[in-house]
Amino acid sequence: MLDDLTNKLETVLKKIRGQGKITDTNIDESLREIRRVLFDADVNYKVVTKFINDVKEKSIGLNVLNSITPGQLIVKVINDELIKLMGAERSGIKFSDRIPSVILMVGLQGSGKTTFSAKLAKHLKSKGRNPLLAACDVYRPAAIEQLRILGKQISIPVYTDDNEKNPVKISNAAIQYARENARDTLIVDTAGRLAIDEEMMNEVAALKKSLNPEEILFVVDAMTGQDAVNTAKAFHDKLDFDGVVLTKLDGDTRGGAALSIKAVVNVPIKFSGIGEKLDAIEEFHPDRMASRILGKGDIVSFVEKAQNEFDLSESGKLEEKLRKNKFDYNDFLAYLAQIKKMGSLSGLLSMIPGAGKMLKNQEVDDKVLVKIESVIQSMTKKERENPNLLNGTRRRRIADGSGNSIQQVNRVIKQFEDMQKMMRQFSKDKGRGIMKKMKLPANFMNQLK
Amino acid sequence: MSFLDKIGFGKLKEGLNKTKDNLIGKVNRLVNARGVIDDEFLEELEEIFISSDLGMDTAELLITRIKERAVTDKYIDQKELNELINSEIRKVFYETTSEFKSFDFGLKQTPFVIIVVGVNGVGKTTSIGKLANNFKKAGKSVLIGSADTFRAAANDQLDIWAKRADVEIIQSKSTSDPASVAFDTVNSAVSKGTDVVIIDTAGRLHNKSHLMEELKKIKRVIQKVIPEAPHETFIVIDATTGQNGLNQALEFSKALDGLTGIILTKLDGTAKGGIVLKINKEMKLPVRFIGVGEQIDDLQVFDSKSFTEALFEK
Repeated sequence: MLDDLTNKLETVLKKIRGQGKITDTNIDESLREIRRVLFDADVNYKVVTKFINDVKEKSIGLNVLNSITPGQLIVKVINDELIKLMGAERSGIKFSDRIPSVILMVGLQGSGKTTFSAKLAKHLKSKGRNPLLAACDVYRPAAIEQLRILGKQISIPVYTDDNEKNPVKISNAAIQYARENARDTLIVDTAGRLAIDEEMMNEVAALKKSLNPEEILFVVDAMTGQDAVNTAKAFHDKLDFDGVVLTKLDGDTRGGAALSIKAVVNVPIKFSGIGEKLDAIEEFHPDRMASRILGKGDIVSFVEKAQNEFDLSESGKLEEKLRKNKFDYNDFLAYLAQIKKMGSLSGLLSMIPGAGKMLKNQEVDDKVLVKIESVIQSMTKKERENPNLLNGTRRRRIADGSGNSIQQVNRVIKQFEDMQKMMRQFSKDKGRGIMKKMKLPANFMNQLK
Repeated sequence: MSFLDKIGFGKLKEGLNKTKDNLIGKVNRLVNARGVIDDEFLEELEEIFISSDLGMDTAELLITRIKERAVTDKYIDQKELNELINSEIRKVFYETTSEFKSFDFGLKQTPFVIIVVGVNGVGKTTSIGKLANNFKKAGKSVLIGSADTFRAAANDQLDIWAKRADVEIIQSKSTSDPASVAFDTVNSAVSKGTDVVIIDTAGRLHNKSHLMEELKKIKRVIQKVIPEAPHETFIVIDATTGQNGLNQALEFSKALDGLTGIILTKLDGTAKGGIVLKINKEMKLPVRFIGVGEQIDDLQVFDSKSFTEALFEK
């Protein structure tokens, strides 16, 4: 995710670092390059212009010219500005006491509404909600059938009426059905529509009026170009939506649309779709995304995802490891083994610090995983438990034993160390918060059993 | 007889109206508002280009040329300035698209096999329905192979389109292997003497290697039946796509040993599809068809001249 942007920014920033001292000219040059990077990433023109101005202003305000570590200062300024741009806070779905709470999905054709509706239903179910899906795309051939099949796959009921062509009527009947069948959440899938199609926009406005939804989610393809802002704005003007869903983020798009939409309509991005499987959904974390853009990886997402997928005993072990500040190659190996169970591999791997970069020129598929595993498996039991043992001779042996180059072995070790460092930080800085957060869903899952 | 006669220039212009409003319309308005080329003017011009998804390179190229022209050709009034800028934009369009002749429906070989690929949600299935309709109207017999065995109800969707276009379709029955559907379809076309075979494939992100392998396999099995097939491999690109569109084209091309054309969809929205210029330029890959609406006759043969004219005509 956003890996290309990260890599390019890294190159630009390395240049600043390399020059040691910041001058008016090299700030300008760097900013120009960042500007180009952001345009290539499909960030909206106006958003980029403002971003660059803000960064420049803040950089000069900070008197970076006299700073000993100007590079780091600039990185911090860019990081802060990116977070600001994407919204500093994360926010989830709003529910009310009403039965059912209604979530209305809207967006252009092909943005991924139907698939995402199913993913969201599955996600909410795992959080203890009791969802019902309503098929209100009465236009696209077989759209209703598609949702019906997806519902079956995730064992969540879908309200359909093949003979009714009025989405308002269908969704109201679905509300009735939800009440009668104790479904506390209704997710309404709608037809894709162009923002300039007045008739269709009026239709969805009528849906909003009739359903009075707790949450309207605007679904947008992460590969969208400059038009993302226009479309988001038009939908927002008409519907005043509450959140954005960014789909297909498991591709190699730089996803500048995410930054732009947030900046222009000022509505939080709440979820992202990160794979073809129906569990490939992730809550969107602006702060993590910003840190990801700057190449710091996203270990928290990884841990959360892992924790959701791991069986509870594994998750308990993880907590223990975190608390005791012991994370060794066996744990790393255990994670990798578990990854295979979890949806999108590329999405997950990009959360491991440094992995995105390492994978840049390789196939992001199971082969990569096998490679990392093969390196660890060629370590002795002692080495796995004591990562510090890995000196040059041992690394060479591991390389030969696993059929990898020494560089590859070093990369795996570097990656492991980054991960370990992150873990350490969590148990120091925000350990408590994280523990709590991790414990909550675990307890919750216990109750479900 | 030109096929273009049948499709109606008016509809094309109507579909492109938004594009026109956004690129040419904006340029015209800018010229009328400012009248002279200065830094601010060029900055606003750059914004118009970037906002059309033309990409930074094309935007810079255009601006450099316009600056140069303004120095050598001294414009007298706004009208001349407007013409100067328009002619430079037009030149870039022509440079990237003019060498391609529009799609020829007089097929030299039958069965003529077309594979349609692309990322998720760009409109492959819909385009295939419309494409089949185009061939049918050109008097050809068509067989569609539904090799999207992944997406829920993709079969049903394509089936409805096949009925609308009144063409035959082969779907997977018990198998979930897209290659075997493709194989059956081509085989059946050979034995029936069908003119055109169109293979629909599941949407896939181009960075997923196992899914790209699946595409290669589809191609391989088709070649077992007809060694020189596929005769066309079209990538469908959504006009709203940003700079990632180039990656899409490059990766699909790499997996399939080359693409032969682009079907550019959803041009009836506000998006400009500017990314295809970049693709044209980098890969010499022409746009073959454009989608301008949801009706079955809303897929137009792309003709660079009429496209450019429709774009510029006042």
